[in-house]
Amino acid sequence: MSDYKNLILSREGFVATVALNRPKVLNALNLELMTELVDCLEALDQNAGVRAIVLTGNERAFAAGADIKEMADATAVEMLYRDQFARWDRIRKIKTPIIAAVSGFALGGGCELMMHCDIIIASETARIGQPEILIGVMPGAGGTQRLTRAVGKGLAMEMVLTGRQITGEEAMKAGLVNKVVPVEFYLEEAQRLARTIAEQPPVAVRLAKEAVLKSFDTTIEMGLEYERKNFYLLFASEDMREGMAAFIEKRKPEWKGK
Amino acid sequence: MADYQTIVTSLSEGVFTITLNRPEVYNAFNEQLTTDLLEAFKEAAKNETIRVVIVTGAGRAFCSGQDLKDAPTGGGKRSLRDSLERRYNPLIRAIRKLPKPVIASVNGVAAGAGASLALACDYRIMADNAKLIEVFVRIGLVPDSGSSWFLVKNCGVAKAFELAATGDDIPAEKALELSLTNQVVPAADLESETLKIAQKFANGPTKAYGYIKRMMDRAAAISLDEALDFEVYMQEAAGRTEDYTNAVEAFREKRKPEYSGR
Repeated sequence: MSDYKNLILSREGFVATVALNRPKVLNALNLELMTELVDCLEALDQNAGVRAIVLTGNERAFAAGADIKEMADATAVEMLYRDQFARWDRIRKIKTPIIAAVSGFALGGGCELMMHCDIIIASETARIGQPEILIGVMPGAGGTQRLTRAVGKGLAMEMVLTGRQITGEEAMKAGLVNKVVPVEFYLEEAQRLARTIAEQPPVAVRLAKEAVLKSFDTTIEMGLEYERKNFYLLFASEDMREGMAAFIEKRKPEWKGK
Repeated sequence: MADYQTIVTSLSEGVFTITLNRPEVYNAFNEQLTTDLLEAFKEAAKNETIRVVIVTGAGRAFCSGQDLKDAPTGGGKRSLRDSLERRYNPLIRAIRKLPKPVIASVNGVAAGAGASLALACDYRIMADNAKLIEVFVRIGLVPDSGSSWFLVKNCGVAKAFELAATGDDIPAEKALELSLTNQVVPAADLESETLKIAQKFANGPTKAYGYIKRMMDRAAAISLDEALDFEVYMQEAAGRTEDYTNAVEAFREKRKPEYSGR
């Protein structure tokens, strides 16, 4: 497809896999990589042939954090103008489901990037944490908010205030990670899940993802209303007709994405 | 190879032998010995030509546990917590995580953390005059370095309590009865018998052994349902090894398979 310096993009059917590719620095998230990643995800999101995205790193690291060297000498004003985390908001707007396949380190920005994804599959070797405190700062790309919503106040506080890393297993028990699998299988497992999602009617998938995400920033009242509208909206889709007809006729539905 | 001070290592035809070498103190653990052992297990993990590890002791003992005369670095009182977290636990974890079989060739007494070291291995072969001792309680301490877990898993809670709370000697024959050892052989034959098993493993499907090890450790902690799920992964992984492909071919051609360990 396209040439990215810091990403490896591959496609299989309706599933696209994006692998962060700065192995020498454990996939540290520098500006260039993040720019490419956001561009790449947006391009995939516009592509009707892509119905699910797997975001991964390599066996040693999903991503070990932001690129410290890029920030070490920056002033507050420079950081303000650079506003590097603003582009992360664009990941939040991606409508195609994103599944994180995480092995090794997912630290700091890596953990935050992971939490931008909709579903997380971790390997037994995953080490997840927000260690910013150890270098004199704190999470800046959603760590304090998303981690707290996922694992609750106590564990989030402990991780953010001490920098302690948790294993994939602990993350699963805390509700941060969906499933932990042997390291040999984390990517396959994520891709398998992506295929299952890609087999669902894509319009319904998008509206459903939107509705679930809505629950994070609205009241229950507004959220329910939003859900209901999306539900009714799906009655305008061909796939809804097909799905219900197939159910009644006891056959497999054929989705058109319309 | 690393520069070891308290162990002797040798590598021959896939068999990596680690000999604890402080015979004057019955191979008691001092700071250097735990460091050396941990380093040796790192070497065993890294070196692909190593396909099985033997742990044994020089002289009359296998390992008599922590050397109580070993002064802690920096002086002062030894911190048990520090000692376990920094020295012993990483060693036990390294043995369990090594995806290759580890054989304890127990040539004499294995006491305290020395017993734990033997129990942490995948396969134990004991000389008939050797013994295990959960000696901790004799100085008012409790089992560590995995002994509590290994005892319960191998011989059940009741026996485990008895062995840990009495600190009585467990002679080789009794260890066999309690499933704490796989094999007991005459002391004179220990080396040759150990080598026999080691060679068998060294010429076997190394990756499969690694998966088996992971499965057994996990099985000890999970439900049948979870074990069934985990077996799927491990079988799938084993099915992708060169050794499996070659062994199936050998089976079809009615010849003995040769395993490369890949």
